[in-house]
Amino acid sequence: MNHDAYSDGYIRGILNTVKTIAMVGASERDNRPSYFAFKYLLERGYRMIPVNPGHAGETMLGQKIYARLSDIPEPIDMVDIFRASKHALAIVQEALLLKPHPQVIWMQLGVRNDEAAALAEANGMKVVMNRCPKIEYGRLSSEIAWIGVNTRTLSAKRPPIGGLQRMSLNRSSAPGGATAAADRVQRQESDQ
Amino acid sequence: MNERIPGFATLAVHAGAQPDPTTGARATPIYQTTSYVFESVDHAASLFGLQTFGNIYTRIGNPTTAVLEERVAALEGGTAGLATASGHAAQVLIFHCLLQPGDEFVASKKLYGGSINQFNHAFKNFNWNVVWADPDDISSFEKAISPKTKAIFTESIANPGGVITDMAAVAQIARRAGVPYIVDNTLATPYLCKPIDHGADIVVHSLTKFLGGHGNSMGGMIVDGGTFNWSRERRYPMLCEPRPEYHGVVMHETFGNFGFAMACRMLALRDIGPAIAPFNAFLILTGIETLPLRMQKHCENTQAVAEWIAAHPKVAWVSYPGLPGDRYHNLAKKYCPLGAGAVFTFGLKAGYDAGVNLVTNVQLFSHLANIGDTRSLIIHPASTTHRQLTDAQKVQAGAGPDVVRLSIGIEDKDDLIADLDQALAAA
Repeated sequence: MNHDAYSDGYIRGILNTVKTIAMVGASERDNRPSYFAFKYLLERGYRMIPVNPGHAGETMLGQKIYARLSDIPEPIDMVDIFRASKHALAIVQEALLLKPHPQVIWMQLGVRNDEAAALAEANGMKVVMNRCPKIEYGRLSSEIAWIGVNTRTLSAKRPPIGGLQRMSLNRSSAPGGATAAADRVQRQESDQ
Repeated sequence: MNERIPGFATLAVHAGAQPDPTTGARATPIYQTTSYVFESVDHAASLFGLQTFGNIYTRIGNPTTAVLEERVAALEGGTAGLATASGHAAQVLIFHCLLQPGDEFVASKKLYGGSINQFNHAFKNFNWNVVWADPDDISSFEKAISPKTKAIFTESIANPGGVITDMAAVAQIARRAGVPYIVDNTLATPYLCKPIDHGADIVVHSLTKFLGGHGNSMGGMIVDGGTFNWSRERRYPMLCEPRPEYHGVVMHETFGNFGFAMACRMLALRDIGPAIAPFNAFLILTGIETLPLRMQKHCENTQAVAEWIAAHPKVAWVSYPGLPGDRYHNLAKKYCPLGAGAVFTFGLKAGYDAGVNLVTNVQLFSHLANIGDTRSLIIHPASTTHRQLTDAQKVQAGAGPDVVRLSIGIEDKDDLIADLDQALAAA
């Protein structure tokens, strides 16, 4: 797997398959990026489970917060890592102890740990690094185009609607305008 | 993953514009509405909190305008776009997000006269201080940098004199100084030149010119290159600090490589207000569909007219980088190999009166103060746009008494040459 450039099909496949997502590092503060992503994915119908040891036992947007992955009493499909890159390996190791273990490890925008990714892939998990599932959902559904973002997709098919001001992930699209310079910078910074 | 990346002409037609989700309309509809209903109080709260994507109020975003924004961003290779009422408005929003009162930015002194005025006068009222540098001496940019410098600004092809900036060299100076490099790409358009590929971090446009291309709509655009690390520099509070005007959101941390475009939308456009009209966005969008065809014809005609004028006995000089021997010819070959644009100046041996006579005598060329129209345009700056300046200032601005500026349209080039021929004969 080339972790510098994921195909739209790979990302869409993951977001269309997973149903339960544990977000490690979810914050209850409504101005934090993790809160934004958590709330958006919850509104899109995912079962969202916050993991944050500092707030275990409290609730976030109606969802109970757990201290660690192993405390979650139900199977999870994907772990979304909202922690610094250096913590990702320990989180993958913890995820591998779950039975059944999750199918997907997703590391947030700015988070990349190739050792953690290799371990997850060696155990049959799919891995996404340095991306945000909210942004990817918005991009592939085309919702994010409402705020002028280059979705890097093109389509001549009428896109399905997911509700009022909501688009669906099940949209057919071809690759669109590339962002080569931004991608190059992102690679350089994740190497540092 | 070998995913095919579409070419420029395909993006010019398709980027941002899928069939309308409710009606299937294939052309982008004009969403002539001020506001959008919420599904619930929670939905409204998510929209206002930036926790979901969607439309609230046309000052902040509009579905027609959004197609235009994505299209120009895709053509420039940027992560996001933000359309504004004019190119001038786009510049105000950019600098609002970068500068605090007392800060400085370094700008090329060879710029569109309107930008020189805006930077010298309007921006001074905000205590945003321009420091001028000379694009013909790249080291002057480095010398102009101070601890207060927050950005560097140039044009790709400068209006009106056909000056081409060595963008890669300026970008290196910006990198060393840790400041973003902003390029006004109005005259080149992304068809001729993509500044982000040469190291620009932010691209700004007057859409009024070649992008819209038909002389019918004002508009501006900011494109975020997604290349500048606002959090590392820590010098840009609008990008890297919790914003009190947005319940403590940190723009770069939250939106990553389109954080600058989001700051321009949510902290600048929302609060300052120069939104583009949806109808203008629609007309400009329609214009962009033919941008590659038009720019090819603009450049072909301009090359022919410039060559003809250069050989005319009443003409003293021509400043067009497409001409071999022009001082910017090599930079033009590097930065805009498909053509050096369609705006240039030339000097009449007989001076001021000859210029006035020429603009009076032409029949096809329109005497007006714009560029980038399907129609060919002519202006004598000394008697019009620059008449308030002293003679010395006129010469320094490239608007001496002998100077005439042309913006070549997409008519038949033989007709343009015939019109200039008869007008010069009578001048």
